[in-house]
Amino acid sequence: MFLSETYRKIAAEGLWHNNIVFGQNLALCPLLAVTGTATNGLGMGLATLVVITASNGLISLTRHLTPNEIRIPIFVLLIATLVTLVDIIMNAWAHELYKVLGLFIALIVTNCALLGRAEAFASKQPVKLALWDGFMMGMGFLLVLVVLGAAREISATGLLFANASVLLGDSFKFLEVTLIPHYSGFLLMALPPGGFIMLGFIIVGKRLLDQQFAEKKVNAPKNSAINSKESS
Amino acid sequence: MNIDPVLVERLKQHPRKLLDFLKRWLEPTHLEKLRPKLEFQTGVLAGFSLIASILLGLTNCSTESTIQQRLKEDLIHSLSEVVPDSLHDNDLLQDTVTVPSADYKLGNQETLMYLAKKAGQVTAVCFKLIAPDGYSGAINMIMGVDREGNILGVRVLSHKETPGLGDKIEVAKSDWILKFATKSLDNVKPEQWAVKKDGGEFDQFSGATITPRKTVQAVHRGLQLFKAHQAQLIKP
Repeated sequence: MFLSETYRKIAAEGLWHNNIVFGQNLALCPLLAVTGTATNGLGMGLATLVVITASNGLISLTRHLTPNEIRIPIFVLLIATLVTLVDIIMNAWAHELYKVLGLFIALIVTNCALLGRAEAFASKQPVKLALWDGFMMGMGFLLVLVVLGAAREISATGLLFANASVLLGDSFKFLEVTLIPHYSGFLLMALPPGGFIMLGFIIVGKRLLDQQFAEKKVNAPKNSAINSKESS
Repeated sequence: MNIDPVLVERLKQHPRKLLDFLKRWLEPTHLEKLRPKLEFQTGVLAGFSLIASILLGLTNCSTESTIQQRLKEDLIHSLSEVVPDSLHDNDLLQDTVTVPSADYKLGNQETLMYLAKKAGQVTAVCFKLIAPDGYSGAINMIMGVDREGNILGVRVLSHKETPGLGDKIEVAKSDWILKFATKSLDNVKPEQWAVKKDGGEFDQFSGATITPRKTVQAVHRGLQLFKAHQAQLIKP
């Protein structure tokens, strides 16, 4: 394996065991607000990924300077500055992208997961690990956003990744598919209550998978468990 | 003038000393001793705030003109969407007239009209309008009308309607908004300026009726605003 044990553990934590949404139940406000479609989820996920990685790195870099008593105001200051800088710079130099992602960048400020990672991880760990943790937490969040967005979009409209080419460019037109033709639509799923309902189903699904993994580990001897996991 | 070589040597030492001092000061063990002190905490918070303000200020100053330029390009682009370039030879942003629009519920007390002129004669008028009562907030639109009062085109600039349902008013997501072209107060009767559900001639979306209804009504009011000032606007 080309990643060391620590890095692999951080990746598994971010992507699955301690996922921002599933494990920490954080960031539900931006999550439910933008996941009406898979494309919007992807946009929000990408913007968050960049900012959480950068904020983790910055906070880890200044961790020796930060006294324990005033760490929260300093984190808030750093994150708010970072988000505003990204917002201004993108508006000026990447205006086309900004027109699509701009809405999501302002929403990142409402994402408590950034502060959560700063407090729980970045303020105590070296820069390299903090960057990796931010990246993996961001990836985990991106994953949930896209899965929830896709589930809601399919159940609401029967389409998947509608208008992805607006966000990613025309070369990604192939992502846009009609999964259920002549679908009459299920409005509830596109509205905020649908987000809560679908999130509930997805969390149940994740718990069931965890349970199955745990049972397999108990029932089968160690070696065959690894083999069956690889073969399945 | 003679410069003492000893002085030069001492000056050269200076930055190196400063750097050494900074390195020692930033040593984690040294900072650990400083952190519980109140004056250090105050200083750190002040320092972070100062750096943040300087960074934000510098970035804002250095990008402000670029952002203004980008917004202007956006406006020119939207204007050219609803008023074809072939219809004018002037700079739309320079030829403007302001008309009162408080009675038309278009979100503004006054509306800025961009005049498209060819050889000095007004060929089309373009203006922004707002449907203040969309399903979840205001819908900002831009509309072009030729001198006879026929719609050249309508585009949505920004809105907060439900993604996947109400956002079909965007031209990127559906061609619904293109149906307004060539419509006017003469060729569509007042009661026909509504969605089909209300007995009008414009389609609604499945799952979203309010968004297209309010859009149609705002466009209708926009045409009425144009008609009220038509004589003043199209005179050469």
